[in-house]
Amino acid sequence: MFAYISRRLGVSFLILLAASFAVYLIFAFLPYDPAALTCGKNCNDPGIIEANRRRLGYDLPFFTQYFLFLKGLFFGRTFGEGAALINCPAPSLGYSFQQHACVTNLIGEALPVTFSLAIGALVMWLTLGIGLGILAARFRGRIVDQLSTVFVLIGTSLPTFLTGLMLLVFVVIRWHLIPFPSGNYTPFLENPFEWAQILFLPWLTLAFAFAALYTRFVRSAVIDTSNEDYIRTARAKGLSEGVILGKHTLRAALAPITTMAGLDFAGLLGGAILTESVFNLPGLGRLAITAVVRVDLPIIVATTLLAAAIVVMMNLLVDILYAFIDPRVRVV
Amino acid sequence: MTLLEVKNLSVEFPTADGRVHAVHDISFEVNAGETLAIVGESGSGKTVTNLALMGLIPLRTADVTGSAKFESHDGVIDLIKINRKDLQKYRGRDVAMIFQDPMSSLHPFYSIGDQIIEAHQIHNQVDLKVSKARAIELLELVGIQGAAERIKAFPHQFSGGMRQRVMIAMALVNNPSLLIADEPTTALDVTVQAQIMKLLSDLQSELKMAMILITHDMGVVANAADRVNVMYAGRIVESANVNELYANPSMPYTQGLLASVPRMDRAHTDRLPTIPGQPPSMIELPTGCSFNPRCTRQGEVGGTKCQEQMPELTLRGESHLARCFIGESA
Repeated sequence: MFAYISRRLGVSFLILLAASFAVYLIFAFLPYDPAALTCGKNCNDPGIIEANRRRLGYDLPFFTQYFLFLKGLFFGRTFGEGAALINCPAPSLGYSFQQHACVTNLIGEALPVTFSLAIGALVMWLTLGIGLGILAARFRGRIVDQLSTVFVLIGTSLPTFLTGLMLLVFVVIRWHLIPFPSGNYTPFLENPFEWAQILFLPWLTLAFAFAALYTRFVRSAVIDTSNEDYIRTARAKGLSEGVILGKHTLRAALAPITTMAGLDFAGLLGGAILTESVFNLPGLGRLAITAVVRVDLPIIVATTLLAAAIVVMMNLLVDILYAFIDPRVRVV
Repeated sequence: MTLLEVKNLSVEFPTADGRVHAVHDISFEVNAGETLAIVGESGSGKTVTNLALMGLIPLRTADVTGSAKFESHDGVIDLIKINRKDLQKYRGRDVAMIFQDPMSSLHPFYSIGDQIIEAHQIHNQVDLKVSKARAIELLELVGIQGAAERIKAFPHQFSGGMRQRVMIAMALVNNPSLLIADEPTTALDVTVQAQIMKLLSDLQSELKMAMILITHDMGVVANAADRVNVMYAGRIVESANVNELYANPSMPYTQGLLASVPRMDRAHTDRLPTIPGQPPSMIELPTGCSFNPRCTRQGEVGGTKCQEQMPELTLRGESHLARCFIGESA
């Protein structure tokens, strides 16, 4: 198992290296001059542009720039010199001239927001999706099942920006149940109640869409597993229906959910752009989309790379976790 | 002593195309310690009969009627009429079942030890250690070497034959008085088949257990069974002691089955006899005798009697019943 994990870690590192190179090509091929972008819209002073180009290292050859970027990840990086010296400690993902901040710091502020959003939504949709899926399978063809089908249909067809806006309009604006999102974020450790209040509607928005998919998946997985021979064996042993469902059917039916949930969670950690925008949450998604609009290249590179890293790592985690659940895929 | 007395058991499945009469009004008995073989082609109702006895047919998909009086550890119960929830305490304890496909009958995520221990724990209020010792004992009994170690292994680490041994160990863990073996060797290769059948009959005499052996292999029947029920299209068409059945098969279907078994004492140049035609659709059974479209001996009855009337099961000798107009004592 250890050898397997080390090998997978090695492969993951290579994948990320390749991804970082592909992403860094943005600097080389986008029709923007990164140095000119540092100077603002109405800046026509070639002196400032050239000075910034030197400070940020954009005057160096492409491969040297890429190498410095990688080096910065491990050893930190300084930009400029003398009084204008900027130091971004490791892991440095570059410097955003537009925001006057090290990209790592910007991500450090946005990541907890996105993480809180994703983890809360995950808990919500797993509870709802698995619960409803099991009920629908257990009472197949009955009213619970039919209602769940309606839920699945609505949940999968409504886009998150619409669900989000509808929640905002009714829950916040019409009914005043929750104060209007201010665009600020309160960390959990500071005030858990405010944290949950700010995130509740975004959680609901995301959970609604995902729960619908999971309900459908869990329903069919439970039904398929119930028809397995080993479930008949369990019944022939004299086990009660509760134990058969809880211990035998669900263990097998929910195993693939691990993979699904891990990858969906990873996708959200990369930034839930629409949901964060609708609810004005300062997360990774909003950081990325703002950077795209303003062509803030260092942030675009960093957020893309981070999203890739999260997906690769989550894949690894899910595979390891799966081996604990299903003995057949265990590597000896 | 009669252990199980099945009376007028019928199983029907309502489907979109019509009602499937999978089992039609069958009655039989199993005595303590004896082996009853149920033979017949695929779709003849052998498996459904026994799933009905185990209460393993979902009630919303089928109509199960009739009765099956069974001598359990706490008195006589009716396996058909009993509430499914109450049946749980007898399943796996008084009646156990092993299935055709050992590859898919064990849960892939739990070790074989856990699965056997679980079967013991539900019916015995004992310490886990006791159940574990019992599981090891049973695994040794069914011939799995190094049972104390192998108990931690998972089903996918075993061959088909070994898995069937595990299934047998699991079925026997509570000393059932009746074991239902549904084609226990069909999915295994021939050498393993012989081992498993030998194991089953050894265990049966050792544990004084009755067995219902479902099979379509007449060779297996000859070696293992005391009595034989031949089923065709959901009905019992012949029932007799094994020696009597092999010596005097009275129903043309049984005769066909026996004739189609390859035999060492026949010239190998002869073509192996077969029964012409296909088993009938269970939705639209032929009128009269279900076997009449395939029967080669209708001429002996004469007229269209076989197409018009279903023959009754009638006595042909000492405890020998057959369903055919030929040889019916007038």
